[in-house]
Order: sequence, then C-alpha cells, then structure tokens
Amino acid sequence: MTDDFTQKVLRDPAFQELERKRNRLGWTLTAFILVVYYGFILMVAFSPATLATPLGGMTMSIGLPLGVGIIVLSILITGIYVRRANSEFDTLTNKIKENLK
Amino acid sequence: MSVRMSLRASTGAALAMLAPAVLAAGAIEGETQKRPINVTAIAMFVGFVALTLGITYWAARRTRSRQAFYAAGGNITGLQNGLAIAGDFMSAASFLGISALVYGSGFDGLLYSIGFLVGWPIIMFLIAERLRNLGRYTFADVASFRLGQKPIRILAACGTLVTVLFYLIAQMVGAGQLIKLLFGLDYSNAVIIVGVLMMIYVTFGGMLATTWVQIIKAVLLLFGASFMALMVLVQFGFNIDALFAKAVEVSPKHAAIMGPGGFVKDPVSAISLGLALMFGTAGLPHILMRFFTVADAKEARKSVFYATSFIGYFYILTFIIGFGAIVLVGTDPQYLDAKGGLLGGANMAAVHLAHAVGGNVMLGFISAVAFATILAVVSGLTLAGATAVSHDLYASVFRKGAINDQQEIRVSRIATIALGIVAIILGIVFEKQNVAFMVGLAFAVAASANFPVLVLSMFWKDLTTRGAAVGGFLGLITAVILTVLGPAVWVKTFGHAAAIFPYDTPAVFSMPLAFVASWLFSITDKSTSAQRESDLFLAQFVRSQTGIGASGASQH
Repeated sequence: MTDDFTQKVLRDPAFQELERKRNRLGWTLTAFILVVYYGFILMVAFSPATLATPLGGMTMSIGLPLGVGIIVLSILITGIYVRRANSEFDTLTNKIKENLK
Repeated sequence: MSVRMSLRASTGAALAMLAPAVLAAGAIEGETQKRPINVTAIAMFVGFVALTLGITYWAARRTRSRQAFYAAGGNITGLQNGLAIAGDFMSAASFLGISALVYGSGFDGLLYSIGFLVGWPIIMFLIAERLRNLGRYTFADVASFRLGQKPIRILAACGTLVTVLFYLIAQMVGAGQLIKLLFGLDYSNAVIIVGVLMMIYVTFGGMLATTWVQIIKAVLLLFGASFMALMVLVQFGFNIDALFAKAVEVSPKHAAIMGPGGFVKDPVSAISLGLALMFGTAGLPHILMRFFTVADAKEARKSVFYATSFIGYFYILTFIIGFGAIVLVGTDPQYLDAKGGLLGGANMAAVHLAHAVGGNVMLGFISAVAFATILAVVSGLTLAGATAVSHDLYASVFRKGAINDQQEIRVSRIATIALGIVAIILGIVFEKQNVAFMVGLAFAVAASANFPVLVLSMFWKDLTTRGAAVGGFLGLITAVILTVLGPAVWVKTFGHAAAIFPYDTPAVFSMPLAFVASWLFSITDKSTSAQRESDLFLAQFVRSQTGIGASGASQH
C-alpha cells in the first residue's frame, strides 16, 4: 500500500546507493563512539585506579589524555561525516531529485 | 582584601555584614574598591541587555508568522545555528557547575564534559538530517509524522515540559546565586529579573531574538573562557603538567583529583549517568528545535559540526579553568570563607578565577557573560516549552490544526509568560540544590522519554502509536518517579534520612524500559491503524533520507 512516488524513489539505484552508504557510515561511526565512550565509562566504573595511573613520570594521569581524546575524537568524526555527506551524499540526493523530473 | 570585602558584603544580603568587614580592613580601601567591581559588571551587563533588547525590537518586527516565531523563518545559516546551539547548550551549569566540579573533584568534572559532548556525534549520525527533513517546528512533528497525532503530541509535550522545567530550575538557581554574589541583589529579585528579561525576548522576538541572544552569548563566553584558560596556562609557561603538579600539591584531596573519585559512587551510577548525558543530549527539545531554523539537511549537518567543535573546545577550557581555580583561587584566602569553602558557594570557582587572573575588569566581564549565558539558555528552554504548549497541545491536539498564525502565536506568548512565572517560583524553591545535579535530572528524562520515541519513529517501521505512547510515558514517569525517590530530591530536598532509590540518575532503568515497552506494545498491536502506520513508514523513510517534500525545501 505504498504510493507510486515512494515506489519510484525506492526503486531508484541512486536512492539505494545513498541509503546503503549513509547507513553504513552513520551506524559505523555511531558504534565507534559508543564503544569508545562506554569503554571509558566502564573503566571509570570498574577500574578507576587504571585511569588514575600517572603517565610516564608526569603528574598527569592516563585518564586525562584519554578523556580529552574522546572530546577531540567526537569533533573529528562529526567532521568526517559532514565532509562525506556534503559531497557524496548530496550528489546522490540531487541525482534522485533529477531522476524524478 | 578588597574583593573579600565586596563579595562578602554582597553575599551577606544584609548591610550589617559590611560594617565589621570594612572595619577589619580599613574603611576607605573597602569602600573605594567595592564600587569599581559592581560598576564594571553592571555596565557590561546593562550593555548586553540593551543590545539584546534592541535585537528583540528588530526581531519582533519580523516575527509575524508561526514559521518566524518558532523557526526564525528557516533562514539561519549553519555557522550561525552552530553558534546558537553552542549558546543554547553551554549553560550556566556547564560553565559554573563543571568548573566547580573540577575545582572540587578534578578528573570527575571531565566525566560530565565528555558525557555532555558525546551526544553530539549521535545527533549528527542519527538525528539531525532526518529531523530537519521530517519536521517543521518541534520534534513531535517528526514523532507523529505517521503515528496518531493526539497521543504522540501529548506525550512529546509532556516530555518537553518536564525536561524544560528541570533544566530551567538549574538555570534559575545559577542566576540567583550569581547575581546575588556579584550585583549584591537579593536572590529572589535576581531570579525575577532573569525571568522577566527572558519573557520579553521570547514573547516579542520569538526564535529570531532567541537565536541572536544565543549567538552573542556564545561568542562572549568562548572569548571569556579562552582568556581565562590562557591566563592560567601563561602562569605555568604553557606546561600543563606543571599546572596539574601544583594542583595536586595544594588540593586538599591531593593525587585523588587526577583520577575518578567519589562523585561516581558505583558502576551502576557511572553507566546510568553516561546513558543520561549521551542520549539525553539527543532528546533535549530546545536543542532539537534549533534544527528547524536552518534551510535544509545540509545546513543542519553543518550546524552540528560547528556546535560540536565550539562545545568540545569550551569543555577543554572549563577543565583548565577548574584546575586553575584549584591553584589560584583555592590557595588565596581572599576568595575563601572561614571554613575554607569558596565565598558565595561551590559554583563560584570560575567567577573567582576571573578576578584572580584578570582583576576587576575580568570579574565584571565574566559576571556579565555568566548572566548573559543564563538568559540565553532560559530563553531557548522557554521557547521550546511554550512551543510544546501552543503547537503540539493547543494547535495540533485541541484545535486539530484548525488555527491561524495569529491565534497560535498568541497562545505561545501566553504559554511563555506562564512558564516564566513557574520558572521564577521553582528557581526560588530550589535555591540550595547543586545545579549540575538538576541538569542531570533533565537529561535523564530527555533520554528516557523524548529520545526513544523520536529515534524509534524514524528508524523502526513497526512502531505503532500504542507502542510509542506506552513506552514514552513509561520512560517519562519512571525517570521522574525514580528521580524523586533518589538521593537528590528525596534526601536533599525533602529531608528524608535515606533514599528509596539509591542512584542519582535513573536512566539505566528508565531508558531501556521505554525501548522495551515501545517494542512490546507495538508488536502485539494488531489494529488496522497499526498496519496503516507501518505502511506509511516507507514514504516517511524516503522523505527522511532525501528531504523531498520537506518544509522549506521549496525555497531553493
């Protein structure tokens, strides 16, 4: 019971490519940040002493560069996503719109 | 000495306290030094208010339609929106609360920062584009795209209002404490001033005024925090480890500040807090609403990237500021009371540091910026709350869409005034709470009610109205009840001896419950409307992926 317009878009190879690529990138990066973040949280929960270990002769503990690293990583992966979406995905979206005309 | 005079005088709320303090240190010095602090802070704050009221006047003349009132006409650029999101998100709780957490517990403060930030990639990958492609003014537009309007909009409005109110309390408490300390005003008067200014911005200027208040505030806050962090680092020759070494030496907790400490008490609390912060960010109604102010999905994506960058940079700054305060504020008797606590309360670490590194001018500037921060955040929150009332409840549920722009905006303005009054009252009631805790509660509700319904409606074909309504309300009610029974409310607010629910953050229970209940009550839903909703998914899916048919897309 899906309308013709929707069927037409769903059959468009450009749409299928867009969906496949966006899904793969989006979920891969989502899984990545989840693993990194909850890995960190589990360390906080179960092994706080590890994070408090001083880093090679400094006062700074291992937890600090790890924590700041997660912040920097979050910025980097959103940047990676925008870069691909604004070029590759938008090209495909425009192609889908062209195919409808 | 002079700072202690003036701060003590203003916190004391009573002129009687001024006399002994002044006598102790010499009347002339105390009198003359007190005035410049207040004049700088007040002048900068008055300047900010004058500028933002000017913008509100300008915006009011452009706010004639619903689209203008709720979404600033959809004409905000990605960079502007990124700054405004940062301005909306970097609250007084972030700035004062997290720097205070770092000041008190070191590393633990970073846990909050990371949790607040990691929600942003999730918003980018799963939410932003689809939200922009499917909705117009609120996230309820998206959640109810193919589901029953009435139950879903009521659910979304309840989720929005509860989140907004918790968050508002935290902001109002921060406002009251700060203004009491820095401007010498009575706590309740300070809360009332914030409430009234916020009502003026939102009522007259709608989203356009709110957006520019947030942009200006974001720029000022990033500038002020950068300057403070820079001044701290300069003192240690840009050797960050020297800063940490000194902090460990002088902190009462010594080396314990370099690792996870007592703030996260047990594994369940740690995971629960992590869930609430990450997925709560992706369920904050005032943040989600900002994605409707840009033209299309591309600008929405750019918004998230700019916002993530600004917010991440800001959190790194608050960490340096917190450690700088341990060294420069915690060791200086002029900022401490008789028991060794901070003058004006735990949340004043960043404010005292501003004075320590930049004298009275910086103290005035940071005070004004903190005040502006609160105004910007409460404006965004109030607009989101008012929109839930006027657009989701009144226009969509009560009037079933049969309403014109003027009527709907009028209801939104009335809702704004009502929310403002409620915020003022609750701000006064919750005076003694730690503001960072209150924000944690708002996030738990957002993660347990708003986020599950939004994400399932966009991604899961078989979600039905019944499933979403049962799951969303269960998540919402569970989060609220467990919060009330937990230590932050049951013990600290109601004064009971022990908490019935042992954890501060209920998300680890309430969020999975929302998902499981949505799933269970959807798959067992054999009604004809459930079948129709499933059929409509593909049309929604195409639009969410391509933006074809999205509001505002025709302008290109």
